[in-house]
Amino acid sequence: MTSIWLVIISVGILTYLTRLSFIMILSHWDTPPIIKRALHYVPIAVFSAIILPELFFYDGALNISVNNPRLLAGMIAIFVAWKTRSVAWTVIVGMIILLAAKTYF
Amino acid sequence: MNRVVTDSTRLQEFLFGIKDELPILIGVIPFGMIYGILALSAGLSPSQAQAMSAIVFAGSSQFMLVQLAGTGTPVLMMILTGFVINLRHALYSASMASYTSHLHPAWKTLLSYLLTDEAYAVTINHYRQTNNRQNKHWYFLGAGVALWGSWQISTALGIFLGAQIPPSLSLDFTLALTFIALIIPNIQDRASILAAISAGSFALLTVSLPYKLNLLGAAIVGIIFGLWVEEK
Repeated sequence: MTSIWLVIISVGILTYLTRLSFIMILSHWDTPPIIKRALHYVPIAVFSAIILPELFFYDGALNISVNNPRLLAGMIAIFVAWKTRSVAWTVIVGMIILLAAKTYF
Repeated sequence: MNRVVTDSTRLQEFLFGIKDELPILIGVIPFGMIYGILALSAGLSPSQAQAMSAIVFAGSSQFMLVQLAGTGTPVLMMILTGFVINLRHALYSASMASYTSHLHPAWKTLLSYLLTDEAYAVTINHYRQTNNRQNKHWYFLGAGVALWGSWQISTALGIFLGAQIPPSLSLDFTLALTFIALIIPNIQDRASILAAISAGSFALLTVSLPYKLNLLGAAIVGIIFGLWVEEK
């Protein structure tokens, strides 16, 4: 497993350069308004794309019903997040619903 | 998250960053421990497992890499896979760039290293709410350092303690919940709603794509939908 060092260092450098890319370049570039508006949607789009599969997949399969504890907990968490804007409440209520649903369904 | 819009000291910003990162750590720490356990079972040495957390510092790609290492994947394929999985960080970098443009290159060099999903999620929120603050890069530093420290320590715990947290607790789900809490308050107009729904649906439909390419595709779809609704 000596080649794993090559993987670690190569992926490390490539990932770092990816993270550094625009932070280093764009500071000397007057960003066009269309790009600025496009970037506004980056967090909304990427995190929605991370979250939805987490909710709709249960035990490795697509499950769109209240028998899917992740979907149920996620929907309630979305409501709590919308009402309270609090990370703590969203996580607490979401986890309680998830664990309760897994136990009793 | 509603803070008075006055300036704050470096230390205050740094501590705000740590504080906002804390809920995320509930999900990150078991994740890091599981990574440490899996890395050893895939045949990595403890120093390699720890070094990957320090050098690559990107959870989902690390999971994929140790899985590929365990199945004897060629080195070049592994490097390419890790690179592609982490490409979404370029989008984070682009959306951070306007906030960090005034900073010294040393700061940019450091903050880029700390630009993970979890640090980005809280920092971009904070930046958009408090853009007029002078010391806000200290917030980024606080969030980044909190995540970095807990990722290194939880990796080490995984390596040395082995499996201690029962998977039935589903602590991994706290990460999805945290992202929900951070993103929902930002979805306020029709354009954002459409961007979120289109990106989420696209990711769902293309979830079988390799290398998490569905995330990049979904980001592009979400951006296009958001801009399109804005235009109308």
